[in-house]
Amino acid sequence: MSTSQTTAPATGHHPAWAHQFDNMQQQKEASSFGMWVFLLTEIMMFGGLFTAYMIYRIKFYDAFVAGSSSINVQWGFANTLVLIGSSFTMAMAVWAAHKGKRMQQVVYLVLTMVLGTVFLGVKAVEYKSKYDECHIPGQVLGKGFNATGGPGCSGEGANIAEELEHPKTLAGKEVSGKPRGAAEQIARQSELFFVFYFAMTGLHATHMIIGLGVLIWILRRAWKSEFGPAYYTPVENFGLYWHFVDIVWIYLFPLLYLINRVPHH
Amino acid sequence: MSAENSHPTENSHPTPALYGVILTILVCGTVLTYFAATWEMGIFNPIVALTIACTKATLVILYFMHVRYSNKLTIITVCAGFFWLLILISLSLSDYLTRAN
Repeated sequence: MSTSQTTAPATGHHPAWAHQFDNMQQQKEASSFGMWVFLLTEIMMFGGLFTAYMIYRIKFYDAFVAGSSSINVQWGFANTLVLIGSSFTMAMAVWAAHKGKRMQQVVYLVLTMVLGTVFLGVKAVEYKSKYDECHIPGQVLGKGFNATGGPGCSGEGANIAEELEHPKTLAGKEVSGKPRGAAEQIARQSELFFVFYFAMTGLHATHMIIGLGVLIWILRRAWKSEFGPAYYTPVENFGLYWHFVDIVWIYLFPLLYLINRVPHH
Repeated sequence: MSAENSHPTENSHPTPALYGVILTILVCGTVLTYFAATWEMGIFNPIVALTIACTKATLVILYFMHVRYSNKLTIITVCAGFFWLLILISLSLSDYLTRAN
């Protein structure tokens, strides 16, 4: 590629060229480096949660399997595909910006927003079913955590203790067929799994919501033809953020939904 | 693949066709990770799940995030991040897993 596209022409500055940089290429590299340093702090933030999750998963393995198996794996699976799809459309939006294809850029950005919104919608459905099952840790909106069959706790896998003793719907061969006392204890301990489930998916969803907000701003600028081969750093850096959020989910899906799904019969 | 991709420079981009290939691999990886969790593999269940996840993450980083086409500063920054993450996880776990109950 020639450098004429990324360096400002000798006559007149590119409007996005900040005076402290020698040329557009140097400005782009500085922005990209800054974005990656920010993403490293994000890696460490999620890394702390992942580490804590692993320590407690090893210590309370049965409870983590029981909690994990009570989550609807189909929703999680579908959401993984949705988010991977949105990463693809985001990569295509960056490509379109780089090639100066304005309409394609706008279409791919809108598709990314749609898929991101679908992801959050599915997440809301999942959270609602966990609320109905009394599986939200602590006391939320008048419902306390209860995995041993409480009044007002409805749903297929609400009574984790019963499922552990007489498995019907839950998978998780390793922990099924427990005596009543042990089953109730494991069910109570599964609250710890749900602490991690809501903290990690909640932090992830917060990133998605912030991302959708930034996407509106990027889309507005793309619509006004502000991006082209000479300058598309905001689209590219936002893409880095969006792909990072996708990577976090790539780990969350197997760690939270798929600890053990071996059928019990 | 274009000559641009066979000689990565700081400004080259993957082609839409390559993005399509990566998307297909990511979808296959997701299907595979689901079915792997339904097979009895003992200790290998989490190992297989995390290996697939790491492969998918690496593809996203290299191609969707353009690290394969980036300058050395970006590459070393990304490696430094994951190196610190590895320290965080391995030293914390080696402490907790070797404690007497």
